[in-house]
Amino acid sequence: MTCLPGHTEKKLGLAIDLDTCVGCHACVTACKGWNDQGYGVPLSDQDAYGADPSGVFLNRVHGYQVQPDTGGAAQTINFPRSCLHCEDAPCVTVCPTGASYKRVEDGIVLVNEDACIGCGLCAWACPYGAREMDADAGVMKKCTLCVDRIYNENLPEEDREPACVRTCPTGARHFGDFNDPTSKVSKLTAARGGFDLMPEMGTKPTNKYLPPRPKDQRQEASLLAPLLDIEAKGFAGWLDRILGKI
Amino acid sequence: MGAQPKIDTSPKVSDEVRRTTCYMCACRCGINVHLKSGKVSYIEGNRDHPVNKGVLCAKGASGIKQVTAPSRLRAPMRRVGPRGSGAFEEISWEEALSLAVEWMEPLRDSGPEKLAFFTGRDQSQSLTSFWAQNFGTPNYAAHGGFCSVNMAAAGIYTIGGAFWEFGQPDWEHTKLFVLFGVAEDHDSNPIKMGLGRLKERGAKVIGVNPIRSGYNAVADDWYGVTPGADGLLILSLIHCLLEAGKIDLDYLARFTNAPLLVRSDEGAEKGLFLRNEAGKPVVMEGGKLVPFDQKGVRPDLGASYEGHRTVFAHMAERYLSPDHAPEAIAARVGIPASRIRGLAAELAHTAFDAPIVLDREWTDFRGETHSQMVGRPVSFHAMRGISAHSNGFQTARALHLLQVLLGTVETPGGYRFKPPYPKPAEAHPAPHSKVTRGKPLDGPHLGYPRGPEHLALNPDGSPVRIDKAFSWENPLSAHGMMHMVIANAHAGDPYKIDTLFLYMANMAWNSSMNTAAVMEMLTDKGEDGEYVIPRIIYSDAYASEMVAYADLILPDTTYLERHDCISLLDRPISEPGAAGDSIRWPVVEPDRNVRGFQSVLIDLGARMKLPGFVNAEGKALYADYADYIVNHQRRPGIGPLMGFRGEDGTGEGRGAPNPAQIDRYIANGSFFQAHVPDDAAYFKPWNAGYQDWAVRVGLYDAPQPYLISIWSEPMRRFQLAAEGFGDRQPPDAMRARLKQAMDPLPVWYPPFGDDGAEDYPVHALTQRPMAMYHSWGSQNAWLRQIHGRNPLYVPTKIWEENGFAEGDWAKLTSPNGAIVVPVAHMPALNPHTVWTWNAIGKRKGAWALDEGAPEATKGFLLNHLISELLPEKSDGMRWSNSDPVTGQAAWFDLRVRVEKTTPPSEAQPAFPKLDLKGVQA
Repeated sequence: MTCLPGHTEKKLGLAIDLDTCVGCHACVTACKGWNDQGYGVPLSDQDAYGADPSGVFLNRVHGYQVQPDTGGAAQTINFPRSCLHCEDAPCVTVCPTGASYKRVEDGIVLVNEDACIGCGLCAWACPYGAREMDADAGVMKKCTLCVDRIYNENLPEEDREPACVRTCPTGARHFGDFNDPTSKVSKLTAARGGFDLMPEMGTKPTNKYLPPRPKDQRQEASLLAPLLDIEAKGFAGWLDRILGKI
Repeated sequence: MGAQPKIDTSPKVSDEVRRTTCYMCACRCGINVHLKSGKVSYIEGNRDHPVNKGVLCAKGASGIKQVTAPSRLRAPMRRVGPRGSGAFEEISWEEALSLAVEWMEPLRDSGPEKLAFFTGRDQSQSLTSFWAQNFGTPNYAAHGGFCSVNMAAAGIYTIGGAFWEFGQPDWEHTKLFVLFGVAEDHDSNPIKMGLGRLKERGAKVIGVNPIRSGYNAVADDWYGVTPGADGLLILSLIHCLLEAGKIDLDYLARFTNAPLLVRSDEGAEKGLFLRNEAGKPVVMEGGKLVPFDQKGVRPDLGASYEGHRTVFAHMAERYLSPDHAPEAIAARVGIPASRIRGLAAELAHTAFDAPIVLDREWTDFRGETHSQMVGRPVSFHAMRGISAHSNGFQTARALHLLQVLLGTVETPGGYRFKPPYPKPAEAHPAPHSKVTRGKPLDGPHLGYPRGPEHLALNPDGSPVRIDKAFSWENPLSAHGMMHMVIANAHAGDPYKIDTLFLYMANMAWNSSMNTAAVMEMLTDKGEDGEYVIPRIIYSDAYASEMVAYADLILPDTTYLERHDCISLLDRPISEPGAAGDSIRWPVVEPDRNVRGFQSVLIDLGARMKLPGFVNAEGKALYADYADYIVNHQRRPGIGPLMGFRGEDGTGEGRGAPNPAQIDRYIANGSFFQAHVPDDAAYFKPWNAGYQDWAVRVGLYDAPQPYLISIWSEPMRRFQLAAEGFGDRQPPDAMRARLKQAMDPLPVWYPPFGDDGAEDYPVHALTQRPMAMYHSWGSQNAWLRQIHGRNPLYVPTKIWEENGFAEGDWAKLTSPNGAIVVPVAHMPALNPHTVWTWNAIGKRKGAWALDEGAPEATKGFLLNHLISELLPEKSDGMRWSNSDPVTGQAAWFDLRVRVEKTTPPSEAQPAFPKLDLKGVQA
């Protein structure tokens, strides 16, 4: 049993725009690439060229088909999923060794791999399926919010953001401090009605999802009016009318 | 809880960052390749790069796995067993090159056309075409014929450019963006970045596509059009705009051929433009004929002169006709008439009620100065979805006409050209095909015919080219027809060849129609016991299916181990505001006995003493590709790269070769840009400022303003031939088809796949997933975990009719055959359409995948259902299953029948396992 900090100085996290995500998986492999050589052990792949390849990804994108209740056209929603860095993170409190912890300074939920025994309790406790066991190293892996990028003095200032945010081609991923009401993520969340994933779980996720804007809104009231009755006036009549407008 | 662990938040990232250019698709983004201990450790986007500005797609970020892939070819190989058996022996490069020369060199004198050289994912076409031209064979092209030549050619013939590398929406100003038929996989990062910017600004995005995934998933509104009917929809939108008078008359009068007079007198000139004695087209102004380009001219769009009417009148009359009304076409298009009228209204309101006005003075080619740049903030993008049909050329032309009527081409908020475009058909070369034994071809192979005189025909009317490009069957086949090469060479129609030389083209699998038959053609022997296609040389970096059918393998490097140039002579990386080109350079050295294909080609050219590759003494001109990139001059002062030219490296576009050019590129992030001045940024085809700039940087040798071709004279010339005029006459059986297809105004006709398709009620499509688009092989260890399976996606109506449930399989039958495949339900789909991811399915044993890999057991290709030939016609011939104008492979004409079936143990048809262990790893 591990304790959560009562309060964190910052609440770093992501605001993910479901209105803009095209499901391209750029964030998935940028994350894999960075973290394969970043914090902790590499993200191993098993049977990489085989019949049942499986590897660790700290971020995955799922596509869903949605049929609106209102009866409109069906939609495809792309939904990136990774650790939400919850305030009440059940993955931390369930950890028997203290390996899982939430950082006091920024709220990032991390795994101290030296203390992780690979029991997998945290993955069971996480309602979001955000943790993945590394089969090679036997330790639990999860999104670190690129803790080895965001403060990294060896990187140019503009690159001190998570790899998934830096790479996202549509700009659907935003990084910042949710404790700061003037931050971009706080403002976007306020403006766009950013929501918690599965709030009923009581985990108080830090990451927010910005909902898709309403789709298929038709404006049939403003249809174009014909210049004139072409059937009655003929093509010559149409030509005279339109060119008279020059 | 104990003390929080201390962690290092500032680890060293890498030893070194080398900036080069991605090759996972044709976007050619800038990448930062991080190295640790000399090995690639991480790849990210280059923030300074004009194409991707730091972002990178799923493929680009997985590039590290391209280098470590077990499917990498390891050394040159010569076939020692039967073709297709995978029995190869390793040979030295000297042996490999000598063998290639031994095969090819004699053909130069005995018949250069016996060498067919076709390249697939080639990004060095200005070199490969130059090589083929100097060899002397007429048989060269890259993969455009089975990709998207309809889109490219229709754009060039209409507005002087198309989408993607030709031009793009004015992302900063556009207010309404409409995507037509863009497969999920197209124009990767630029379009994603553009969509992101539109979303940020609250601009509206509309998707017109049978499948609502990818970019269409984020569209604010979706029109689930039935495949092959896009042209009908577009012409109906034009009908609505004309009916309401919502068109940009001033734009049409100034910048298009709308005011030109079309001759009405019977004879060989009917339908061509009325010209003055100097040969210049004329317009009517104040009842008088004047040259179209006279200063201050205000042409009368509705004029007639001795019975000759304007293009405008012809066009308006055609599309105003009731058969183009939404109510007349709604059922075929699969979209209610009210929605089509709603879309037309939305286009008109945005274009005309919310114009963009920039206070920027500019002067047009007639010498008239304008104080402002006024634009129509509606923009479009389209790609293979509308072009891969047998009516795709005319559909793409219709889309350009729609842009033109709205006045959006090259105006603020609309569509913008990227240098060297604008470049109309007249500014491109015509195709060349005159073979002289032992000599180079008489000019570049590929080009834009202006009339029947430019067809590649022998005196007896037979096609000169093995793919029959530029023949009556497909007159404007500007990118060649690679998809016909193997079938034609096998049939000896129009003739037999000796050596088939392919680069990066998986013709034994996903890049061919009728794949099973193609594999048989590759291994078929004649009565003499010899292979019908006697020799096959293949270059690739990976153990693709095609490798198994090679007689000689020339193993290529990966993109991180080579020099390349992305050239203004080819497909550059320009932006609307800047001409741009770039390079690749070996950021790591290959760990095996492989060589960059372009250096190998240059070596082969020198060994065969091809002009352009040796000096007067017969000595090699270039040591390798890097040497060629720096020192080759296509015209004096103009070479493959535009940047850092001249002895001091200050030349932009023009200048003597600079020995330090590649180093300068590397220091600059591997790219160069020449910026278009602000007053030249829009109205480029007519803007004197732009034309002068383009001459200065070497894109043109003289200003070349032109009018947009609403009415296409080149097409009318082919139609005249079909009507019996002129010396070069088509076969009688082809006249009716030419009259229809070569209509000088955009027209819609049903896709040829509809013929005899009564028993095949469903349309079947493919697209590549974004995470694999253009990427060479789904063997990438990370990407195959994302897309390792490709079910057939089935809409709700067909799902329910068949009583499908998750885990079920279907038999899919077309006029060409049947396949048995797994299904999945997808509601956000046109109700008459099924689709799957293309090229996920792999043949067992290829790409170094395990025999039980899902790609090989459950993956499948639709290609087996698509014939490369249409059913027999009245002349007893089977014509190519391609667009009759350009020869673009009509992949998306496919019609099928779907039936639930018993699940087999693996997808059908299944093929014997390839044994490629010897060539890889």
